Amino acid sequence: MKKSLKIVVLAKQVPDTRNVGKDAMKADGTVNRAALPAIFNPEDLNALEQALRLKDRYEGTTVHILTMGPSRAADIIREGMFRGTDGGVLLTDRKFAGSDTLATSYALSCAVRKLDPDLIIAGRQAIDGDTAQVGPQVAEKLGWPQITYAEEIMGFERDELVVKRRLEQGIEVAACPLPLVVTVNGSAPECRPRHAKLVMKYKHAKTLSEVQEKTEDYYLSLCETRKYLAIPEWGVADVDADPEQLGLSGSPTKVKKIENVVFQAKEAKRLSASDADMDALMAELIASHTLG
Amino acid sequence: MANFFQDNKDFQYHLNHPLMKKIVELRERGFRDKDVYDYAPVDYEDAVDSYNRVLDVMGEICGDVIAPNAESVDHEGPKVVNDRVIYAAGTQANHEALARAGLYGISLPRQYGGLNFPLTCFVMSNEMVARADVGFENIWGLQDCAETLNEFASEELKREYLPRVCNEAATCAMDLTEPDAGSDLQAVMLKAHWDEEKQTWLLNGVKRFITNGDGDISLVLARSEEGTTDARGLSMFVYDKKHGATKVRRIENKMGIKGSPTCELVFTNAPAQLVGDRKMGLIKYVMALMNAARLGIGAQSTGLSEAAYREGLKYAHERQQFGKPIIEFPAVYEMLATMKSKLHASRAMLYETARFVEVYKLYEAIAKERKLEPAERAEMKAYSRLADAFTPLLKLMSSEYCNQVAYDALQIHGGSGFMKDYPIERLYRDARITNIYEGTSQLQVVAAIRHVTTGTYLNQMMEYEKTDFCPEVADLLKTQIKMREDYAAAVEAVVSKGDGEYLDFHARRLVEMAGHIILGYLLMIQGGSDEDYRRSAEIYVKAGYAKNRERYEYIMNLSTEDLDAFKMVKEDC
Repeated sequence: MKKSLKIVVLAKQVPDTRNVGKDAMKADGTVNRAALPAIFNPEDLNALEQALRLKDRYEGTTVHILTMGPSRAADIIREGMFRGTDGGVLLTDRKFAGSDTLATSYALSCAVRKLDPDLIIAGRQAIDGDTAQVGPQVAEKLGWPQITYAEEIMGFERDELVVKRRLEQGIEVAACPLPLVVTVNGSAPECRPRHAKLVMKYKHAKTLSEVQEKTEDYYLSLCETRKYLAIPEWGVADVDADPEQLGLSGSPTKVKKIENVVFQAKEAKRLSASDADMDALMAELIASHTLG
Repeated sequence: MANFFQDNKDFQYHLNHPLMKKIVELRERGFRDKDVYDYAPVDYEDAVDSYNRVLDVMGEICGDVIAPNAESVDHEGPKVVNDRVIYAAGTQANHEALARAGLYGISLPRQYGGLNFPLTCFVMSNEMVARADVGFENIWGLQDCAETLNEFASEELKREYLPRVCNEAATCAMDLTEPDAGSDLQAVMLKAHWDEEKQTWLLNGVKRFITNGDGDISLVLARSEEGTTDARGLSMFVYDKKHGATKVRRIENKMGIKGSPTCELVFTNAPAQLVGDRKMGLIKYVMALMNAARLGIGAQSTGLSEAAYREGLKYAHERQQFGKPIIEFPAVYEMLATMKSKLHASRAMLYETARFVEVYKLYEAIAKERKLEPAERAEMKAYSRLADAFTPLLKLMSSEYCNQVAYDALQIHGGSGFMKDYPIERLYRDARITNIYEGTSQLQVVAAIRHVTTGTYLNQMMEYEKTDFCPEVADLLKTQIKMREDYAAAVEAVVSKGDGEYLDFHARRLVEMAGHIILGYLLMIQGGSDEDYRRSAEIYVKAGYAKNRERYEYIMNLSTEDLDAFKMVKEDC
């Protein structure tokens, strides 16, 4: 029975699409990222909680976050540290820009090879794209087995990790040896809160690019004496990736058309509790293909 | 998704108050912890940054966990199973969320596992918790007991108990009241005797109305000197729940704060340790504990006012009558603006008091490490006096205001407010205890009146008058000066009679007059930084002037003989 694990959590910084205002979309139909606050993708937080529970349970287990994005995505790694991770890596390079899920999965899998974990946990999907493709694609690129829609990683039984899956028709319990990719559902337990002492300990954690932007000398020297405050940044060269498979050139997805959906219904309709009204409503819903 | 820290700009005003720099530097003793603890600040800016970040965590838990649980906690309440208290599920979840975020021990020293935050931050946390769930604030706020241990207990006791609060989120209780000793704690009878054989103190007796009575760590006021009947026979003890020598006989069925377990406790040969010196229990330690608890009620009341004001405001915007939202009607917007001014005034007083308390307590703590300079000693005394004067005034004004704010917020809801469908019904019930427990409003007046007669309040008014106010409040300043003159004249008129009963009769009026003036000044000072505060100052000072005139007229026209008409009520039966 394996006691300690090396876990990598795949996490993404996303625009908070749960509270959209009028300026959430640009005229061309793309997301106006500047107008929406950047947050830790919610299901990735569920994934992180599962990782931290394994760390609590199996001594010696480490948890690192791997995220790909611009410089400010380092926030995600700090957020993880505030909740109990051992650190993380920011995968950032201009050559990654414009990647679809395939190119992203490729880039992440290259970084995972370098990190060499035995368990990858990711959120089921991100709230900006809603594809649920990245986790499974990373597993495919690595040639690892995967368990999707996980609600709870229950622990080891002999050499297999037992995972409870939440499926449409019910619950399924699956077991699989390592290495393994698990993607976690939003129905899994919420992530623990940030811990006060960890927040204070890691708040000055920075990537090299962030350190270079900073001017306050004291905090810089702090980063030198406290090695745990350094967040590594990896570019294409650091993960030995093939530039052709990255960015726009590595992304076969082409957006054909974007439609602006405008809700037509303006007011509520009042129905009596009579059978006639109910039948009329059912007929209307079936006619509009809302039901059936 | 609510954050009770981020959605309230007043916290930034008070975190960045000019006195905070001094407070932080005194508390951090020149930032000496920075090389010992990886979470200690390196300078003032770093410290304030940490306060902001950690209070942000606190605000998120209050908004996302505690507030959504409040309704179910109110319905479910705690229960007694096998002589032990079982919290409502929501209460337990609240406690666990705060524990997991490492927030317990927020202002205890780092050497015991605490965060060493200023009292101001602890008070902010109390206020946010109260806004989310008034009753739960009691459980969170009872960390006051740990503060009292930190202040008065031996190093040995501190090492035993404080890390449990910080690292294991042990909860506390203060066991003072008994069936025959409520406001008059000198009558406490719970017996403590030294057992030679077991080499420990043993407690026997009954305590009543004990908030969180089944907490892990209890501070117990008990009679250690056999044969005594007054305050000098009482000592303070610390009892650890692990001994299993107390039983919860019942939980009170209360009108409000239903999630907070109010227990009747039976002590049977309960082993306990003496805190500090014998015979000083009531005279010194309970007084300190009560002052801290009164500041806590100030925070609880302010948080409640915040919640009630928001409920009233929301409903007034949503509710349409006569073709428009009811906030459009003068009768409604007047209520809301007045509620807001009382809320702002309560908060201004709350943090002013917290700062006064903190400065003198920090000097007291430093005095245990080194001899204070004469200037520091003088400062300590001055702040100690102000803290003593402001604490009962805060408790009185803020608890009465939260009742008024909750009353008006419910009134705005009309008939719906009387139903269980809206949170305001709960807030209205919760408010009612704030001006009763930890000393009724009447007892706050007893504590405050000597600062009327000795001039502490008057001197502080003159001190505030020297402020370089923003030009927009020039007219208000004139009003305030007139109010101060009326106040001084009314005090003189009452005191000059040389009649104690006559002074007691008018005491509340005089204390409230002082309160209106002092809170008015605090709002005017705050008005320099923000138009919103200026509007509250305007509303508050104008109303305060009218209220003080009423009291002034009443005092000036009531002779000592007029009291006879009131006294006659004693003949009724």
